[in-house]
Amino acid sequence: MRTSLEFEAPLAELQAELDKARAATKPGDLEGERLVARLRRQLDERLVGIYAQLRPWQKVQVARHVERPHPLDYLRLGFTDFVELHGDRRFGDDHAIIGGPASLEGRSVMVVAHQKGRDTRENVDRNFGMPGPEGFRKAQRLFHLAEKLGLPVITMIDTPGANVGVADEERGQVEAIATSIATLCSLRVPIVSVVTGEANSGGALAIGVADRVLMLEHSTYSVASPEAAASILWRSAQKAPEAAEAMRITAQDMLEFRIIDRILPEPIGGAHRDPTAMAIVLRDALAEELDGLVDLGTTELVQSRYLRYRGLGPYRED
Amino acid sequence: MRDFLRRRPLHLPLPFGDHPHDEQLGRLWIRCPSCGEQLYAKEYEDNLKVCPKCRYHFRLSSQERLALLLDPDSFQELDHNLRGTDPLSFRSEGQAYADKIPGYERKAGTPEAVVYGLGAIEEVSLVIAANNYLFQGGSMGVAVGEKIARAIDLAVARRLPFVSVVATGGARQHEGVFALMQMAKTTAALARLGRVGMPYISVLTDPTVGGVPASYAMLGDVTIAEPGAFIGFAGPRVIEQAIRQKLPPGTATSESMLAHGMIDMICARAELRGAIGRLLRLLTNGSCGRTLSGEWGEQRHDREMSSVGEGLGIAD
Repeated sequence: MRTSLEFEAPLAELQAELDKARAATKPGDLEGERLVARLRRQLDERLVGIYAQLRPWQKVQVARHVERPHPLDYLRLGFTDFVELHGDRRFGDDHAIIGGPASLEGRSVMVVAHQKGRDTRENVDRNFGMPGPEGFRKAQRLFHLAEKLGLPVITMIDTPGANVGVADEERGQVEAIATSIATLCSLRVPIVSVVTGEANSGGALAIGVADRVLMLEHSTYSVASPEAAASILWRSAQKAPEAAEAMRITAQDMLEFRIIDRILPEPIGGAHRDPTAMAIVLRDALAEELDGLVDLGTTELVQSRYLRYRGLGPYRED
Repeated sequence: MRDFLRRRPLHLPLPFGDHPHDEQLGRLWIRCPSCGEQLYAKEYEDNLKVCPKCRYHFRLSSQERLALLLDPDSFQELDHNLRGTDPLSFRSEGQAYADKIPGYERKAGTPEAVVYGLGAIEEVSLVIAANNYLFQGGSMGVAVGEKIARAIDLAVARRLPFVSVVATGGARQHEGVFALMQMAKTTAALARLGRVGMPYISVLTDPTVGGVPASYAMLGDVTIAEPGAFIGFAGPRVIEQAIRQKLPPGTATSESMLAHGMIDMICARAELRGAIGRLLRLLTNGSCGRTLSGEWGEQRHDREMSSVGEGLGIAD
């Protein structure tokens, strides 16, 4: 049974009815099948209505849904032959960031992504998708490898933010993030980045500087997680819903701000309701974006990436 | 004699220690927040706002910082009027952020959280940027990112070294994702400085936190910190929340950063100017002598910037 979100409560009855009708319908039972189809249609209509009206904090819930597909799911469903590479060759292997070569529609690419877990054990192993310096240094290593071999880079972003801790500070969390950003700014191969869940803080941007930036329909992008922002602004993480509202974090906001280039529509009721369909949309979009970049010369590519970030954000001079 | 000169109030816009917005101004006695010692105001200022007992380095405004570091009368500020906006129409607890900005400006005495321009340190010409912690905690919004990037662009155009002095609480939350993107903007600009072979010296002072050290501030060719500065990705309160215990003493300080190989040196305030001067002479091999005797015409600056803009393909 799918984990239901608070705002989906009005659908519980309909969902239960549908589940019951499905269970009761034997193969060849035309009337039963008609009932299932009708309930299914009703449910979809309600879902479309609800998901079109999501408030920012509700989007955060969808982006963090426990069954939402994660990068490893997309690598399994939309890519072929992913080979995971491990370690930063400095200190350790951070499981909050994964990466390695994979094939996308017959083309070799280097994939680097945040990875969250699905249960407590996995989340402890992956630190809830919050990388430390080793994660960012592994990412840098793979970016350099991609550049050396001429492979385009695809990054998938899904992190509450970079990890906060004493040991991370000592091993250079700030330097690791800064150097990751610097590496991507100058990287001489095409980079396409897609926010699949939540993208927060320098921990997101460290693998998020790209030539094309996409977001899934119900994903979010923010300078800090709503909890962290509320804690900084109002000294209370409990005010996260207010922070989410005030900080304009939705994919739709990002498109309006021209921080991103494109929104990828999610299946009805969110990516977690149909991971395979989402993976196909993602695969096709990534392939299309790469097609648009491969003909650019290296200098042109790096130059236009520079201009993209050099020009970001409004200011006034008077 | 040289030492005496270094310790004196050095230059415009205001003499050292005479900052009208300084909370300490007008007080006869100042209490050291670190050791509790009562300092006589004159002694405090004469000692460059360093506690003589515990060596605590009080925070400086950007004006004081520039006065401390630069040759007298060498500073020419650029883009003084470049300011941030309120791109999110941000409201906090019923109050519009836009309404609060003029207050920040009054308190800080600068229109934004960073000041930059041309100057010289011990006769070496350079571009310098100094955060003003008094302006919204020295936070990096779009205007700060833009001014840092312009400072770097200017250093590239003039083939001058770049010195940045950081005092910041991190990315400005009120500008949301636009503030985050300034990390990429400043970092992208830095790549070009490397290509023209000019050094970048980053000076970290208390505090250096968040998106600023996680971008341009930790990318110095040489990184110097003042003693006892807090330097880290998260501030002390956020770290304590994350680890659910009191911060172990010494965490994320200049001394810890030096011990872990993250910075090159720690310099007491009185020695900072001399250290930067010596480094710049060495790193530029004497190629950036102050040949323009302090006179940089605005016109000349504009022309050079536009020609370099074309050369680098920077659109207006």
